[in-house]
Amino acid sequence: MKKVMSNKFVIALYTLPALFLILALIYIPIVLSGYYGLMDWDGIGQMTFIGLDNYVTLIQDKVFWTSTWHSLLLAIFSTASLLLYLAISLVLASKIKGSDLLRKIYLIPMLLSSVAIAQLWMKIFDPTNGMANKLLEMFGVENTPVWLADPAIALFAIFIPVIWQYAGFYILIYYAALKNVPDEVIEAAKIDGASALQMAFKIKLPLISGIFKVTVMLAVVGSLKYFDLIYVMTGGGPNGASEVIASYMYKEAFKLNNFGYGSAIGFGLLVLCLVMTWLTSKLTKSKDDVQ
Amino acid sequence: MSKVSSPQAASLDLSVPDKSKKSLLNKIGFGFLYLILGVFAIIQIYPLVWLVFFSLKTNQEVFGMSPFSLPQDPQWANYTKAWTSGNIGLYFFNSVWITILSVALTLILASFVTFAVTRMSWKFSGLVLGLFLVAYMIPLHSTLIPLFNMYNSMNLIDSPVSIVLSYTAFNLPLTIMILLGFYQAFPREIEEAAVMDGCSIHRIFFQITLPMTVPVLSTTGIINMIYNWNEFVFVNTFISSDKWKTLTVGINNFVGQYLTDWGAIGATLVISIVPILLAFLFLSDKIVEGMAAGSVKG
Repeated sequence: MKKVMSNKFVIALYTLPALFLILALIYIPIVLSGYYGLMDWDGIGQMTFIGLDNYVTLIQDKVFWTSTWHSLLLAIFSTASLLLYLAISLVLASKIKGSDLLRKIYLIPMLLSSVAIAQLWMKIFDPTNGMANKLLEMFGVENTPVWLADPAIALFAIFIPVIWQYAGFYILIYYAALKNVPDEVIEAAKIDGASALQMAFKIKLPLISGIFKVTVMLAVVGSLKYFDLIYVMTGGGPNGASEVIASYMYKEAFKLNNFGYGSAIGFGLLVLCLVMTWLTSKLTKSKDDVQ
Repeated sequence: MSKVSSPQAASLDLSVPDKSKKSLLNKIGFGFLYLILGVFAIIQIYPLVWLVFFSLKTNQEVFGMSPFSLPQDPQWANYTKAWTSGNIGLYFFNSVWITILSVALTLILASFVTFAVTRMSWKFSGLVLGLFLVAYMIPLHSTLIPLFNMYNSMNLIDSPVSIVLSYTAFNLPLTIMILLGFYQAFPREIEEAAVMDGCSIHRIFFQITLPMTVPVLSTTGIINMIYNWNEFVFVNTFISSDKWKTLTVGINNFVGQYLTDWGAIGATLVISIVPILLAFLFLSDKIVEGMAAGSVKG
């Protein structure tokens, strides 16, 4: 029995194809990204080793830091909006009628491609014919915004479809977690005379704090990597007003052919993601210790 | 609540009006909450309704009338225009076969790994599993330039092979995570009995384990399907000729060219999202389950 289940040939046969794929397409490229960052390279011609020049430039690059700030803003914004989703989930999970249907309606935008969402919201934000401004006009607003064309609000305009896209996903997770809170605990609290609010804050929320941490992590790291929607809607513009790290990397590499510098930005993105993952887990952990 | 159930005699009289007052307040409170939930549902759904509306309108209607107005004379011609003047049919076909092939590859490779890690005993199983799980944290954008260079040197740029391989590799971590939970919870007795009976390991895998894991395979399969169907950045980076473009990149280019024809743009977008919405209509429970499972493990 043991012998059959530890047949080395079979183990290799079963694991090596998948292992080869993730090593070749995920791990090796990550290392190469750091290595290409040491090169002056246009993607076609010869690479020239230039040491840490790209990384030094990166640290002094204002556009990179502005993009990083935009990515962090998105992360902060996404994390804050988790509280709204949590509140909605608390109501949804309190045995109300139609919660199943509502939950599924909320999830629909999450199923659409970022391209479809981006194109749809570009139409919604169309200054003259879009739904957003037509609605504002109906409410008597006169100086309607130009949304994506206004550097001052373009980034925040993009946050709206991001929220729209992900709301249902987080509500789904919280709802599932809340449904997992054992009925006995709720019943016991009811008998002890806990109010709905007390029940939420003292019992349900502490019990799902583990899931909450996971979602904070997802929101933070997901925001740092955010790309598709911004690339399609504004391409980082106008004038860099909605540039994020991934879109900046893409522009440098695939539009301006600075593959060396683009790699350095890509490597910076990786480092930032790892640091933020570590930081988020550290921060959420210390909160736990206080409890 | 606790006051109502207090044993004092005086409170007995009070309890009745107190209760009805409370239930009225409760009703108002509940009504208010329902209102919020309902408004939220409208926010989530109305942009799509609006999309379907303007896909059936003429430009004059879109520009001149309220965003809540129904299409007066549904312009189905917008759909024929979208389907025939772009390569939408071709993109659609590419999306279908690339998605199916990648999902099939991902599921079989992930099942192999999960089986080897959970059912077989070997020294490095923990390490190998760790490699797959950590890969989930790596942002794919950081791999784009090296991948582009690698595919380029292998003549795989502008080839669907690069897309299928990338989809498979990047979906393996999440798929293995979801399968892992199922495999760990599943009793091993059947497989052990099969070993006792002298069944070969390949037969155990293909004839016992795979059929037993069909429920979780369908869940992860549909999640993978949605991800691949909607994927944009790999195709946008690695594919340049129309021949191999998928729907996301195809519609993005097409819509970019027809900036002013709202009806055709709307129709194109609707065509691209209908398959996903249909899948959701019939398989919503599976999709909900898969999304929850994937995130919680992550």
